[in-house]
Amino acid sequence: MGAHHHGPAKGLSRWLFATNHKDIGTMYLWFSFSMFILGGSFAMVIRAELFQPGMQLVDPLFFNQMTTLHGLIMVFGAIMPSFVGLANWMIPMMIGAPDMALPRMNNWSFWILPPTFLLLASTLFMEGGGPAFGWTFYAPLSTTYAAPSVTFFIFGIHMAGLSSIMGSINIIATVMNMRAPGMTYMKMPMFVWTWLITAFLLVAVMPVLAGAVTMMLMDIHFGTSFFSAAGGGDPVLFQHIFWFFGHPEVYIIILPAFGVVSQIIPAFSRKPLFGYDSMVYATASIALLSFLVWAHHMYTVGMPVAGELFFMYATMLIAVPTGVKVFNWVTTMWRGSMTFETPMLFAIGFLILFTIGGFTGLMLSIAPADFQYHDSYFVVAHFHYVMVAGALFSMTAAVYYWLPKWCGRMYNETMGKTHFWISFISFNVAFFPQHFVGLAGMPRRIPDYALQFADFNMMSSIGAFVYGLSQLLWGYNVISTIVAGKPISDEKVWEGAEGLEWTVATPAPFHTFETPPQVK
Amino acid sequence: MTPQTSTEFEKYYVPEKSRLALCAATGLFLSLFGAANVMNDMTYGDPSVETNSWTIFLCGLFFFLATLFGWFRTTIKENRAGLSSAQMKKSYALGMFWFIFSEVMFFFVFFSALFYVRNLVGPWLSGEGDGGRMNGLLWPGFEYTWPMAITPQEAMGGAASQPIANNGDFVSFEKSMAISEASAWWKWLPLWNTIILVSSSVTVHIAHSGLLADNKRKFNLWLGISVLLGMIFVALQALEYYEAYAHYGLTLNSGIYGSTFFMLTGFHGFHVIIGMTMLLVQWLRSVRAGHFSAEDHFGFEASSWYWHFVDVVWVLLFLFVYVL
Ligand code: HEM
Ligand SMILES: [Cu+2]
Repeated sequence: MGAHHHGPAKGLSRWLFATNHKDIGTMYLWFSFSMFILGGSFAMVIRAELFQPGMQLVDPLFFNQMTTLHGLIMVFGAIMPSFVGLANWMIPMMIGAPDMALPRMNNWSFWILPPTFLLLASTLFMEGGGPAFGWTFYAPLSTTYAAPSVTFFIFGIHMAGLSSIMGSINIIATVMNMRAPGMTYMKMPMFVWTWLITAFLLVAVMPVLAGAVTMMLMDIHFGTSFFSAAGGGDPVLFQHIFWFFGHPEVYIIILPAFGVVSQIIPAFSRKPLFGYDSMVYATASIALLSFLVWAHHMYTVGMPVAGELFFMYATMLIAVPTGVKVFNWVTTMWRGSMTFETPMLFAIGFLILFTIGGFTGLMLSIAPADFQYHDSYFVVAHFHYVMVAGALFSMTAAVYYWLPKWCGRMYNETMGKTHFWISFISFNVAFFPQHFVGLAGMPRRIPDYALQFADFNMMSSIGAFVYGLSQLLWGYNVISTIVAGKPISDEKVWEGAEGLEWTVATPAPFHTFETPPQVK
Repeated sequence: MTPQTSTEFEKYYVPEKSRLALCAATGLFLSLFGAANVMNDMTYGDPSVETNSWTIFLCGLFFFLATLFGWFRTTIKENRAGLSSAQMKKSYALGMFWFIFSEVMFFFVFFSALFYVRNLVGPWLSGEGDGGRMNGLLWPGFEYTWPMAITPQEAMGGAASQPIANNGDFVSFEKSMAISEASAWWKWLPLWNTIILVSSSVTVHIAHSGLLADNKRKFNLWLGISVLLGMIFVALQALEYYEAYAHYGLTLNSGIYGSTFFMLTGFHGFHVIIGMTMLLVQWLRSVRAGHFSAEDHFGFEASSWYWHFVDVVWVLLFLFVYVL
């Protein structure tokens, strides 16, 4: 292994046979961006159909396929891989490690994804159409009444899950084993902490999802009766298993986003993160509590009252550590000398809009009230506030924040700020009205609606189109930065940024920290 | 492979580019894509139409297994060439530990399903408690027992007599695997299987202590015995399945008892086969190539962790599937 100061390999093999964490991170990021465009185009179909009441463009079956694939692709193809990509790029650089702990497995985790999602998207062209049962794939819609393409969907989930588990094991091994001397756990950047906890959640619940789809597979092809009451099973069992995975899953999506915001807000407030220790404990308790609240998605399924109460109070309890986090971010900004570059704008946008999403979550957590809200557009509004304005805004902030470090070029600040303001406004135009139509009773996943919802839906569609288009501006900004952005060479791209990643050269060399730094 | 002292820094080995991952991803994808096609042919296909689903599946599987073989070979070679530092070995150990944890969670789902069905669904279907409201409408006459000897559908007089909420024919077994139905305790296979698997865990432990004492003869002998015990277990398990299908009328279609029984024991059996293969490979490495020493035997150690895990799962299975 003498010849270690190699640069990247030439040509395609650099990517196909990659072992370098930065290359693999880059592939993850581009993959998730392309999935974001694909899933986004499905969302455009949905909003076009809902632009006006009545059946407009697509038939109901296709509409259902759109909502299903939009959800699946955004959750499993766009958001999750994007944060894994970020973890790949940043964790070794943040803890002073030469690479990820298991570099070849790292590449395996990535290369499972493209064929998997190609297969998933291709189900649209199969006989009987693609999955049309919603991203939560409740049985028996996804078993007895599903198109044959469901089998490909099942194996797709298996592969995506395998990729996540291996990616997470890699992250856990890296964080636990590869920290530079002196980098104790309680000195790790918050992003590393949140990812360590996220990886634990992933290893714990992805196998649960695998179990759920395996039972579906057996019910469909081999005559078992897990989800069939006629044989002594229960369709509600599916919902329990799914949400035992599903609720931790939403924290899997949001915790790394919390980590990103905890890096960015201090940098642009020029103050250390307020209450670092409490942030760590809050993240850990959110993760542990997330195993105890799954049935808040099932209040209307006919649970015993004791169950309703237990899950209601447990859910409300999560608001406490979440509140601690929001409080700490706000306090970090308090009396900071703040500037508002694009990453900070997105971080503040995150803070405001995620908090709104947290509040609607709290409303939904009240079991008797949820009988009214459940499966209405109110829920759709809730989870888009936490997943789009939460996870995705934070991802956007992260890209603007670290892009200069990655490629040694500065993005166009004016274009970035324009991107932020269009996104922020159009996001709210798209999703805020959905609270109203939801409260007034408009159900989700239906291609048509009653006339009184027409105005708000048209607003929502316009907002969604603008939001979708404005993301192309982001793509353009990123690509033009990589190709022709203003070169920079300061190690510390941002004046207030702290952490090991800002001590290496800009752009970050192919190999960093081959000899670990000493952390004081 | 000099042991590392804490003060010196050893470079962490980051492999240059490698084809393994891409091949593994391709093999995995092809085999699962093929498997999905095989199942769809079976359930929805036209039997008179020839397809190449099996070919895709088998080629993919072969390619996948060959890649895994090559992968482990490479890792072992690297270790023997002294490339893996103590730190790297810790990465492997962490990787194995968390992999086993994910497997634990996989079994956790199936056990949870079993408990949920036995404690809640069964009573509800027969009209008890909060969930019992539908009994009179959908399944009048259904009474819950475990093992569930009569499915709700059969209580109604078969699939045809209950047009809603029916999605299959669920024909219950004549005899279950529970201890209560065994003719004599010593004729009851699961008991023997338990004894065999638990002793194999002990023999693996003896092998390990032999290795730690640098006694390779003892190691080879006891590891060989463990693998043999594993094989006997698998054979007996196959015999049990044969009995179930041929004589007990107990199949995957026997309602929820058959579903949980076969899925839990089936996945466990599959894991026993994996664990046994792992141990067998370690045995071959030791006997044929002279690998392993008291200080350097991670391959064996990881396989033995896996074996103990499989054993613990069996003990739980024995308790909750067969005895209670
Ligand atoms: C204060 C924290 C939160 C609380 C109390 C909360 C509560 C809830 C409740 C009770 C529901 C079920 C509503 C229904 O179906 O009737 C729900 C749905 C949902 N929440 Fe949250 N939530 C919180 C934060 C989050 C976060 C951080 C995310 C993701 C990043 C998230 C994602 C979702 C999703 C995706 C759904 C809808 C799932 C579906 O049915 O498709 N939530 N939330
Ligand atoms: Cu939830």
